[in-house]
Formats: sequence, C-alpha cells, structure tokens
Amino acid sequence: MAMAEFPERRGSPLGLLHRLAESDLLHSFLSSPVTVVAAVVTAVFVGAAVFAPWVAPHDPFDLASVNLLDALLPPAWMEGGEWRFPLGTDDQGRDVLSTIIYGSRISLGVGFASVLFALLIGVPLGLVAGYAGGRVDAIIMRIADVQLSFPAILIALLVDGVARGLLPRELHDEMAIYVLVFAIGISGWVQYARTVRGSTLVERDREYVQAARLIGVSPARIMARHILPNVLGPVLVIATIHLALAIITEATLSFLGVGVPPTQPSLGTLIRIGNDYLFSGEWWITVFPGAALAILVLAVNLLGDWLRDALNPKLR
Amino acid sequence: MLAFILRRLVQSVLVMLAVGLIAFALFRYVGDPINNLVGQETSLADREALREQLGLNDPFPVQYARFLAGAIRGDFGYSYIYRRPVAELIAERMPATLELSFAAALLALLVGVPMGVYTALRRRGILAQAFMMLSLIGVSIPTFLIGILLILFFGVLLRWLPTFGRGEVVELGWWSTGLLTVSGLKALIMPAVTLALFQMTLIMRLVRSEMLEVLRTDYIRFARARGLRSRTIHFGHALKNTLVPVMTITGLQLGSIIAFAIITESVFQWPGMGLLFVQAINEVDIPVMAAYLMLIAFIFVLINLIVDILYYLVDPRLRIEKAVAHGHG
Repeated sequence: MAMAEFPERRGSPLGLLHRLAESDLLHSFLSSPVTVVAAVVTAVFVGAAVFAPWVAPHDPFDLASVNLLDALLPPAWMEGGEWRFPLGTDDQGRDVLSTIIYGSRISLGVGFASVLFALLIGVPLGLVAGYAGGRVDAIIMRIADVQLSFPAILIALLVDGVARGLLPRELHDEMAIYVLVFAIGISGWVQYARTVRGSTLVERDREYVQAARLIGVSPARIMARHILPNVLGPVLVIATIHLALAIITEATLSFLGVGVPPTQPSLGTLIRIGNDYLFSGEWWITVFPGAALAILVLAVNLLGDWLRDALNPKLR
Repeated sequence: MLAFILRRLVQSVLVMLAVGLIAFALFRYVGDPINNLVGQETSLADREALREQLGLNDPFPVQYARFLAGAIRGDFGYSYIYRRPVAELIAERMPATLELSFAAALLALLVGVPMGVYTALRRRGILAQAFMMLSLIGVSIPTFLIGILLILFFGVLLRWLPTFGRGEVVELGWWSTGLLTVSGLKALIMPAVTLALFQMTLIMRLVRSEMLEVLRTDYIRFARARGLRSRTIHFGHALKNTLVPVMTITGLQLGSIIAFAIITESVFQWPGMGLLFVQAINEVDIPVMAAYLMLIAFIFVLINLIVDILYYLVDPRLRIEKAVAHGHG
C-alpha cells in the first residue's frame, strides 16, 4: 500500500495504463525469460483459438471433409501415419491437431467468459461490502466465507447438476456452454469480493474519497470512478490465476461428462473421448489434447505468478 | 472459551440449515418427485393421492422440517435410478472413498513435509529449485490428466498396476476394505498417488514458507548463537513450530480431498461416493445429489469446527490475533 502514497497512482484508467507502461513492469517482464516464453505460448494459444478456421489444417466439424477411412491414424512420424494428419486422427477420422485448435477455442472461450462473469459478480459485491460496511458487509462476507469453505470444483459440479435438473433434457447440449460459464463463474466470485473489499476498506478513508464525498458525489460514482481504479491491481492478478483454474475446471467438468457435449468438444471433452481408446493403444487421441491443456494452463499460471510478484509483492 | 465453542456451534448449525434448505429446494423443486417415482400409466387421481400421502401438498416449512428430520436420521428417500434407499447406496460406497482419501492424505503428508523442509533449508540448491518447478507443473496439470497418464504408463504400457476398480475387498461387518488383499493394495496405489499429488504440492509450499518464516525469527538466531547443532535447530526448534499450521491446513484439506476424490474415482472407476455423485448429476438423480451435498457439507462443517476448537486450545496467541482480525473487519 506504500505505492498509494504517490499522487500519480490515482488517475483515470488511461493514466493507469500509461503508468504501467512507464513503470518497471515492462522491464521486469523482459528480464524474466520464463515469463516471456509463457506470454508467447499464451499468445500462440489465444491466436490459434481466435483464428481457428484459418489456422487449423482441417475443419473437424465439416462432415463432408471427414472420412471414416482415416479413423485412428497414428501421428505422422509413426508407422502408418500420414502428414495430412500431423498428430494423427481420432475415432471418427478427425484430425487431432485441428480438434485441439478448435478445442482450445472452446476452452479459452469458456475460461475467459467465466472469469468475466466472476469479476462482474465479485468486484461490485466487494466494493459495496467494503464501502457500505455494517450489515450489508456482514451478509456478503458471511456468504463468501461459507462458499469458500467448499472447493470450487464441488460448487461448479453442483450448480451444473442443478441446471441440468432445471433444463429439459433436449436443451442440455445446447445450453451446456452457458451453464458451464455460469457454474464456474459462480464458484469463483469470492476471491474477487474478498480482495476488493479489503482494498476498498483502505481506500474508503483516504482524502480523495472523503473529498469526493464532501462535494456530493454519489456513492455509486465514488465506488465506480474513484475507488475501483485503485483496487484493480490485485484483481488483475487473481483474474489471471483464476483463468488457469477456470480452464482446468472446465476441462474437469467436460471430462466428467457434465461439461460441453462431444459435438463441440473442448480440450477436456477431447481427453474424455480419447480415454476410451487408451487401452487399445491409440494414446495420441488423449495425450496430445492433454499436453496442450497442461501447457496452456502452465503458461497462464506462470504469467499470473510473475504478475503477482511484479504488481504487488505484498499480496503473497 | 465456552462462549466461543457455543458460538461456533451455532454458526455450524446455521450453515447446515442453509445447506439443508438448498438440498431440500433441489429435492422438491428440481424435477417432479412424483414423476420420478411412478410410471407413465399412473392416473392423475393416483398421482394426486400419492402426492397427498407423501405430504407434497403441505406448506413449505412443514415439508422442510420433515426433510431435515429425515436427513438427521439419514433418510433421504429413494434414488430415482437405482430404486433403492439413498442412505444404503451411500453407506455401501463410503468405505471406498474414505480409504482412498486417508491413503492420499497420509501420502501427501509423508512426502510433502520432507520436501518442504528440504526446499526451505536448501533454498538455492538445484534439487530444491527443481522441486519448486515441479510443484508448479503439478498444480498446472489437472488431476484427471495425471490419473490418465499414470494409467497409460503403469497400466497400459508397463502393465504393473490395475487400471480400474478396487481389486478384491474383504468385508468387515458393514465395512468393506481393500487394504487386506494384495490386489486391493495394488489397486489403491495409482488412485491414491493421483489424489495426493495436488495436496502434496500444497503442503510442500506451505511447509517451505512457514519454515523460512520461522528460520528468520530471533529464537532461531539465539539458538544458533548458543552453538546448538543445525540438526537440533532445524528439526527440534524450527520444524516443530511449523507443524501447527501444517496440521490445521491438512485437517481442512481432508474435506477437499474427499471432494476431489470425485474426479479420481471417475478416472479409475473407483466404486466410491464420488463416482455415485457424478453418475447422479449425469442422470439427474436428485435425491442422491441432495444427500451427497448434505453429507459433504456435514464433513466440512465438522472438520472446520474441530480445527477451530483445536486451534483455540493449542495456541493462546491466536485467540488474541483472531479477536484483533475480527475487530478490524
């Protein structure tokens, strides 16, 4: 919190960005080779996911181009493999590399959306709890405490299960992605709320907030325009680490068969599909999506670790 | 002291009532209990009679109270899928989950603590750095993937270990154990390792940071100044003081091990409660979901309560710190 003493810390979001670029953040980034590699890997995944239709060698969901005769081909460098399918094909003759690229699209999409959803719930609740205090604070934080004592995966599973119960069966597959985003988002808001509340408690009594209050700025505006920009640093760190966790949670739920349907496979679904072929020796259907998932999560985790140290050493 | 325990007890009961409310709402309003009990050909009049007989027309508080009374006696009704009492299904599968969870917790402690101590003492050593890197990789690989990779290597390629199930079990009264047969023990290895890995990295990191913290304190410096041997200082003084938080966290983690067993059990088709729960979610078997939710909540609340009380008893300093922390918030 010592940083907060400097006047330039309090600025518009644009000024904040400008300051980030000017600060030693960039220097700290460039001087950590592991972080640069992690950033490049993450960028490659995001790029491939966004531009999947142009990057992927095949369209695995275009039934016209998928040929069952190509099913279960090993990776290209093994005997029987073909260079048309660098990482081999799955049971339906889909190119594994292409399904991974399209799968990353779903995994990252669900991951980002869940983090955004958790942010949209957690940050306002944290701001209100910290700023209003009293009974509102007590109620919000009590709920947070109770939820925090259960693992996120359990809550996500449960929310997913309830949603399945409420939706008619024929809608399950169609709504699966939205249900997932909701379940993962709901299971993750607590971290944001607690952190934002803590920072808000500190910021609330500072002169600039008191001044704003004195000249009659409304509480909502004070929270949104004055306090929020000053508590975003730790939120960014949590969001990064949460992204890794959200991707893992999505993959886990999909692996358990309660996530996205096989018609729109995420990395987790691909691993689940491949798991059935593990015993007959077709390991590539599982191992390559698995490796992609692990590398993606590791890269995001490394970025999060670096960001935590670089932005606020006291957060640890 | 008594007031503290009483307050925590009241809090725990409130949490259980809230979870009970969620479980009840789930049971009562997600899907129609009647539709799940009777066949297509049952007439409307019969349905209405059954509805009346089961008390589904009673006011909400009455039904909730009845649900809670049932829950306390372990009565959660019948599974929609198995057509058997839920309590029976869960009791059947509980030994499998508990054996797996305790084996994993033990493994995590036995490996995690020494690794943590080592990485703290040889902070700059290559091996210690490697442990830290490995732990980050361990956190990044999802549990189910670790399980699959273990199956691939030790089950499919090397054929050393069984890849699914519990092996042969021995019935000791109502408890079925896999710990007394060779095939049972062999079947336990991979699931236990899979489940333990994440907790292991957690314990290792915790022991390391606590140990580093303690090693910086004055009494360690004085112990060094007195010329005590490093071994005595490290293990007699430093380690002993790091173990209180480690025990607490491990205790709290025991609950999440049981919850995370859901994933491990699915990978290894381990016939425990977690597998039952995943199947229940897939099949929308509401009574099983509600019962499992209550059970897990009960385990968590119980562990939290015990840990809090132990904390209070073991370390008087925490009483003051806690009071200060609460006063501040």
